[in-house]
Amino acid sequence: MNSLAKTLNENAVEEDQQFVTFYVDGKHYGLNIKDVREIKAWTHVTPLPNTPSSMRGVLNLRGAIVPIYDLRAVFGQGLTHPSTEHVNLIVCIQGRIVGFLVDAVSDILSFSQDQIQAPPRNRGKELERMNSVMGLGESNGMMTMLLDIQTLIGNQLPVNDDDFLAKPEKKN
Amino acid sequence: MDMQSFRKTYFEECHERLQEIETLLLSLESGDYQDEHLHAIFRAVHSIKGGAGAFGCDHIVSFAHIFETVLDSVRDHRLALDPELMEVLVTSSDVLAAIVGAAEQDQILTETFDAKAKADLSQYMDGAEHAPLPAAQASSSDAKKGTSRTYTIVFKPHSRLYEKANEPLLLLRELGGLGEMILSVNVDALPDLSAMDAVGGYLSWTITLTTTHHKDAITEVFEFVLDDCDLTITETDRTVAGEMKPTPPLDASPAIETGEAKVSSIRVDLDKIDRLVNMVGELVITHAMLSQQAEKLARDGYPHLARGIEELSTHTRELQDHVMAIRAQPVRMAFARIPRLVRDVSKDVSKQIKLIMTGEETEVDKTVIENLADPLTHLIRNAIDHGIEDAETRKAAGKPAEGTISLSAGHRSGRILIEIRDDGAGLNTKKIAEKAKERGLIENPDLMSPDELHQLIFNPGFSTAEQISNISGRGVGMDVVKRNIQSIGGKVYVKSEAGVGARFVLSLPLTLAVMDGMIVRVGSQKLILPISNILESLRPRRQDISTITEGGEVLDLRDHYIPLLRLNRLFNIPARYDEPWQGLVLIVESEQTTFALFVDELVGKQQVVIKSLEENYDPVEGISSATILGDGSVALILDPASLYDLHTKQGDSLAFAA
Repeated sequence: MNSLAKTLNENAVEEDQQFVTFYVDGKHYGLNIKDVREIKAWTHVTPLPNTPSSMRGVLNLRGAIVPIYDLRAVFGQGLTHPSTEHVNLIVCIQGRIVGFLVDAVSDILSFSQDQIQAPPRNRGKELERMNSVMGLGESNGMMTMLLDIQTLIGNQLPVNDDDFLAKPEKKN
Repeated sequence: MDMQSFRKTYFEECHERLQEIETLLLSLESGDYQDEHLHAIFRAVHSIKGGAGAFGCDHIVSFAHIFETVLDSVRDHRLALDPELMEVLVTSSDVLAAIVGAAEQDQILTETFDAKAKADLSQYMDGAEHAPLPAAQASSSDAKKGTSRTYTIVFKPHSRLYEKANEPLLLLRELGGLGEMILSVNVDALPDLSAMDAVGGYLSWTITLTTTHHKDAITEVFEFVLDDCDLTITETDRTVAGEMKPTPPLDASPAIETGEAKVSSIRVDLDKIDRLVNMVGELVITHAMLSQQAEKLARDGYPHLARGIEELSTHTRELQDHVMAIRAQPVRMAFARIPRLVRDVSKDVSKQIKLIMTGEETEVDKTVIENLADPLTHLIRNAIDHGIEDAETRKAAGKPAEGTISLSAGHRSGRILIEIRDDGAGLNTKKIAEKAKERGLIENPDLMSPDELHQLIFNPGFSTAEQISNISGRGVGMDVVKRNIQSIGGKVYVKSEAGVGARFVLSLPLTLAVMDGMIVRVGSQKLILPISNILESLRPRRQDISTITEGGEVLDLRDHYIPLLRLNRLFNIPARYDEPWQGLVLIVESEQTTFALFVDELVGKQQVVIKSLEENYDPVEGISSATILGDGSVALILDPASLYDLHTKQGDSLAFAA
């Protein structure tokens, strides 16, 4: 609660950006609060056939069909074993509403521009896959990986029709 | 209602009228000459002009006026309707549409925008000696001629005129605009103040007007109040007196007008209807939830509840049908533009084409209609440009020089089928095969049936047109058609016979909102299959299932072998039963084929509200959309045709992997 109050005070500084931060596989991530619509406890989803494993399925959010991505799987760390403790972050991106399954929501943090560092250029293979990290936020000695929601979803676009058609030909 | 919403309504009406004008002009052109058509066109142009005046759209007024004047001459048979004039009229209706469009968007057109059309029209105006030149319009200066005349006008409003909130002052001012006016008011009929009715008509005016305009222009000023006043217009040298009650320019057809009056309708914002449709959708879900709960209760214990829920079900369904009917519109709306398209395109490529349209009254949801315009346009253009051969080739092939394109619509098993058929050369199977091989789409064309090859034209970037014409053949075409149709849950396929013609069939859902579904279960998942696709369900015997070497499985259905699809394998779902003879198969019909689908069990029939999956995600093969079940969970709706496609693709990849 303390930190929330603090955040609200810091909000007065205009250049600061607020992030909803959360844990996935022990790591600390942040998503711009402007993109986050709501936070929902994990509920059963209906799996979509023949989609990447990171696509957990769809759920009913007040009449809208919302797809849920398993963020751990998006980062290539395997599937989450969700329980009611786990959380769906519902975000809005380019008019689409999607959810991210994460381990737990931690806080709302404000970062001023000089608290956000560009991610290092010399990436290893694992980081290459995570090019959705747009910046590293520093607060109280803890690093928060700030995610670019566009890339995050862009990486997860399912195999579309044309690719599917092309597949057998490539094998020839 | 503020001015803005009136304006919006005006423009909506304009678009309807313009559409009407176009349709009528085309039927005139096609030889179906009826005076009534001309009257109707005249009325439509006139209404557009009338409204435009009220909203200060001078450009519309000035153009519509000239247009109307020429039309007036034609309908009075002072001008002969020859093909040349026909062309001018058609062009003018386009120009008018462009001007209206610009006014709607508040764009300012250059003064010269309509100069050519105006000049073309004026040419006919000069030819028409008695062309009435009502002059409340700026444009009349172009055509103004003749000597000035003096009229004496006696105008005595009845009290009804005041009751209808007309203001004589405005009329008199407008009259003053026509020329020099001397006005005197007659107050003889005015009673004592005590006996006076505040809205009574006691005053009359005598007006002496010197003007260059024709008498019709004066009548026009009083057009809307003719029934509610006594009006005498006298020309000083030649006396043309008498009651002007029957309005000469507008009495065209009382029969039609009363006909229109009988159809009472209101204009409703589409948003409002959509909200209604959504609410009904929610109601259907709530109903499903309630009946699911009620099933758990002992029926004997709560007889009233059970009956209530049954009644609720009937009412809900009925309500839904009615709401859907509001959105349903005849497919004519989408077909209306086609005759014009055929006319223009065939002129461009100089081919003679006859268009036959049938089934225009077939009703379908408005959203479907809206999404139909582009694909139809594309297919028709293609048929004219590529399908129909030129006259010489046709004659050489022993066909009539005039090509025929038929466009038809009809209902079939809960869907609407739209067929575009031409009697041209048909698809060039050889060229398609070459192109497909060149593009790497297929390996060996000889292994494919002509029918399979034909479907390849729906691949992106596939166009066999050697020359890029401005009609079609830019390489974006059929794939766009396919995508558009698919996006509204439709299918498109082509049948073609060399030398005989090609036939494109669009199969579309009637509504995009609700359908009857059969819930099936595979493992722990519930999925929904449209009832309209299910022929029957059965539990096969072990010996009915056979495996074809390298060709998948088939089911022996009363001595017919049909492909067997296992939903659990297609979708990778762990099922309760491993073999069809333990579970159940559904015989499913899709547009192209009939197949058997193996599932664990049937759960039951339910009306489901279709929710888009693509709103927040991307298309998933085998799935058309999703719905929400009574318990709030999401169930996927299967799409038989794409399920079968998925089956064949999986078969392919298995074969390639092996």
